[in-house]
Amino acid sequence: MAEAAAAGELATALVNGAGLVFDRSGAAWWPEERLLVVADLHFEKGSSFAARRGVLLPPYDTRETLARLEAACAVYRPKTVIALGDSFHDLGAAGRLGIDELASIRALTGGRDWYWIEGNHDPKPPENLGGWCVAMLACGPLTFRHLPQQGDQPGEVAGHLHPAARVTVRGRGLRRRCFVTDGSRLILPSFGAYTGGLDVRDPAFAGLLAPRFHAWMIGQDRVYPVASGKLS
Amino acid sequence: MDSSHPLPVSLPPVFREWFAARGWAIRRHQQELLDLAESGRSALLVAPTGAGKTLAGFLPPLIELYHELQGPPAQRRRGLHTLYISPLKALAVDIARNLEAPSKEMRLGVRIETRTGDTPIEKRARQRHDPPDILLTTPEQLALLLSHKDAGDLFGGLRTIVLDELHAIENTKRGDLLALGLGRLASIAPQARRVGLSATVADPDRLRRYLVPQFVGHERMADLVVADPGAAPEVAILRTRERIPWAGHRGAYAMPDIMAAIKAVRSALLFVNTRSQAEASFQALWQLNDENLPIALHHGSLSVEQRRKVEQAMTLGKLRAVVCTSTLELGVDWGAIDLVIQLGAPKGSSRMMQRIGRSNHRLDESSQALFVPTNRFEVLECVAAKQAIEEGIQDGDLPRPGGLDVLAQHVVGRGCAEPFDMDTLYEEITAAAPYAHLDRQTVERVVDFAATGGYALRRYEQYHKLERLADGRYTIASRKAAQQYRLNVGTIVEAPMIKLRSIRRGGKARGTGAAPQVTHVAGKPVGRAGFHIGEVEEWFIEQLRPGDTFLFAGQVWRFEGMAENEAYASKTEEKEPMVPSYMGGKFPLSTFLASRVRALLADPEQWRFLPGQVSWWLDLQRAKSSIPKAEQMLVETFPRGSRHYLACYPFEGRLAHQTLGMLLTQRLEKMRMRPMGFMANDYALTVWALGDMSRLDMHLLFSDEGVGDGLDAWMADSNLLKRTFRTCATIAGLIDRRHPGHEKTGRQMMVNSDLIYEVLGRHEPDHILLQATREDVSAGLLDLARMRQLLERIRPAGRILHRTLAQISPLAVPLMMEIGRESIGGEANEDLLAEVADEFMEILNG
Repeated sequence: MAEAAAAGELATALVNGAGLVFDRSGAAWWPEERLLVVADLHFEKGSSFAARRGVLLPPYDTRETLARLEAACAVYRPKTVIALGDSFHDLGAAGRLGIDELASIRALTGGRDWYWIEGNHDPKPPENLGGWCVAMLACGPLTFRHLPQQGDQPGEVAGHLHPAARVTVRGRGLRRRCFVTDGSRLILPSFGAYTGGLDVRDPAFAGLLAPRFHAWMIGQDRVYPVASGKLS
Repeated sequence: MDSSHPLPVSLPPVFREWFAARGWAIRRHQQELLDLAESGRSALLVAPTGAGKTLAGFLPPLIELYHELQGPPAQRRRGLHTLYISPLKALAVDIARNLEAPSKEMRLGVRIETRTGDTPIEKRARQRHDPPDILLTTPEQLALLLSHKDAGDLFGGLRTIVLDELHAIENTKRGDLLALGLGRLASIAPQARRVGLSATVADPDRLRRYLVPQFVGHERMADLVVADPGAAPEVAILRTRERIPWAGHRGAYAMPDIMAAIKAVRSALLFVNTRSQAEASFQALWQLNDENLPIALHHGSLSVEQRRKVEQAMTLGKLRAVVCTSTLELGVDWGAIDLVIQLGAPKGSSRMMQRIGRSNHRLDESSQALFVPTNRFEVLECVAAKQAIEEGIQDGDLPRPGGLDVLAQHVVGRGCAEPFDMDTLYEEITAAAPYAHLDRQTVERVVDFAATGGYALRRYEQYHKLERLADGRYTIASRKAAQQYRLNVGTIVEAPMIKLRSIRRGGKARGTGAAPQVTHVAGKPVGRAGFHIGEVEEWFIEQLRPGDTFLFAGQVWRFEGMAENEAYASKTEEKEPMVPSYMGGKFPLSTFLASRVRALLADPEQWRFLPGQVSWWLDLQRAKSSIPKAEQMLVETFPRGSRHYLACYPFEGRLAHQTLGMLLTQRLEKMRMRPMGFMANDYALTVWALGDMSRLDMHLLFSDEGVGDGLDAWMADSNLLKRTFRTCATIAGLIDRRHPGHEKTGRQMMVNSDLIYEVLGRHEPDHILLQATREDVSAGLLDLARMRQLLERIRPAGRILHRTLAQISPLAVPLMMEIGRESIGGEANEDLLAEVADEFMEILNG
């Protein structure tokens, strides 16, 4: 694992015994199962601002998110894709999708096993887009759900929190989205184009990770593991 | 009302008596404005402080109103007679008070009212249907008034528009907003004359155009009245036995001298260039203030109540000195200031003259000023500025085209007032001088943006803000959209601010009454919530760690933590803060002053005007490195610590250096030098890199070829562009303004403007808002033209004087001590991440 990461190729880590690859896009890849997992896509977050608040943000966030998702699928050719909840920003999001976006989603869900995990933004993911809607999913040593559960949860892979981390090196602060794992549990960064990050030092993360964990920060060409003690 | 027959406005007896009772004669420029008013002409009055500018502007309308109120009530005009616009609401309030006096004393019976953000809602509502004769207000309030359906009734009978301190607002986005309001007024009240009041400026014609409605292809100008100049100011540069520091902006060495200067006069203003400088010098002065002289602090981050208290105390003559930033540059006339002290570089002769004009508002006496350079580079600038001010030379700023973001805001307000058609709108917009040359297609794109977001992907027809009626006219689509416009009106976009609250460390609540809440930071109680100290820039707070100490509001604080939208700090006894605040200059060196500084440096003959320790420094530079000739640029390369440095000294001003810094880092990246960052000040530029730059071909590095390509690439990924986009998007109404204290939704509910910028840039790079952003960047923040001139100047062989040094040179010493804030993306960032990761790997393997 160390050699691979140092060579700047693959960022790999063990989560409850499962060897996962952390991709720059924010997706995690489980080669053994040919399984790709993404969190917090927040489709149509942009148009939700227009619908609810009259704020006309550029309506390109869904296609941007889909383009990144298509690219990841093209690279890894997954047999299974799991979207870890909050895939749709609100209950009306599916209704606001454009024709192109609908076609993209159907093409993505059509070619493989696709699971929409229920999130707090989308307790009932739409059923007409392909894939299965489930509350959670267990697969070997890993359990996939949206909200990380309190207490010891070996093998939990969750989203919801949109982790981001900061390091200060030579007086310069760098803040990046990140994967966080203590080897037992994994929390994925948000994948959606308009989603922000929450610092891993925020109280919301309290109790979810062992005192020593790693933030796998997403850089320009690589994902860099940074020990929790080095975060600022 | 009949606009073709202006009322007679020779001086009526009651006015003559009033003047006589005060022993006043009417001044030439006041008479000239009266004459112009009589013939119904608009005018720009350029006059120094103390010349009776305000009276000159208001005399004609007061006389008109006098005649009108003498006449039979049936013939009276309804609605406003005179509209006065000031860039400062405090000034509007003060002028109203000053106008009340003559109005009462002459029993004119004129109703004079102010309207600002502080005016109670009921009064504001009343003013719209029962307006006073004279209303004094701000550009933002004018925009709001114009956005109501009754704007036509309110302004229809308007006779005079007075624009105060026009020089301070004309070439800014607020000036754009005001210009568009004036364009609208030109069609509601074509009979109204405009009167501009301004300090001396380099290019009065620009202000004259600004004042009057423009017509496509036909430039018009208001008449010009120039008052007699006052006595020339007397400027001294601090003579000191102390050692002038090589770097820094604190001016600590000069504090005893400054204290002595304050003691020698009745009252003084100490101007500085940044908030943090104000903090530092205020604290330093108090440490020397054995006699407990009343010395106060005034800057934009202090709470409004604190600032008002200081202003009031100053008005009452209770203060001996105020340490202030540009917040007190304009404003109410305090009369009794004896001395203006400028700590730090003057930056431009016009700005400096404005500041100096704050002292001694009597025309026949000289204003007194004392320049205190904080470092040796600044000594050069102070000497150059003193010469320029004594010669009375203004430095002009480059005109910038009207902002498309401001236009977008105006268009929505226009739709709130009443339905408009494209032809009328275009006519009104191009009547405003900053928009006189705007093509119709761009206006249509801006309207489309205001209506539906203007996206090629037509997604938002159903959520439109402006609705297109069957006859093609546009109107506001909903009450909600109108409300949103009114909440977000204005062009001042502050850097995101965080409320700073004091707490006692883990202490118990003192006093009686309800116990203050225990404050939790990251889940742990850290103390007790106390009072609100002020607002601090978000970026500043984000770099602090709990335990760090910093200066704010004249006190050293210990940072305790953050919770939601507030930061907490406790008082400490420490004298020296651990975290220095950003000391970079806020204002760039003007082109004019920069060239004078360059000439001064290149000519050792002139060094005799400099203090001995500064000429010694330059002599040392000549010995250890080189002094460039006037047409040359010096480049030095040297190693220091684990980095390699390149320092160059174009003396072209900070804006041009910043642009050059972007270009150089981008080129150095390509040359695999792995640049880490750069720091630009008004005199020089330093780039640091992991690679050794001493063997590079300097003519290649500084080549003027492909400048555009390099910058485009850099700009696409720059923080500068993102920051500018945020401002444009806020003004244009794409993202809602944050109203401190009224945030209903948490910060995580907002979409970060950087993400919007990236997505929009990838999917619709030609969007109107990105165009607006690029125009802003090239017009304001990046001085591309100045940098190109520099590169052309140093192109011929021999113009670049490159010295490879084993260590830092005397000229470079100050640069090393200033910390760059402009970070660059790219490879070096990645190296830093890799470095942390590698350490982690070692631990893992070891």
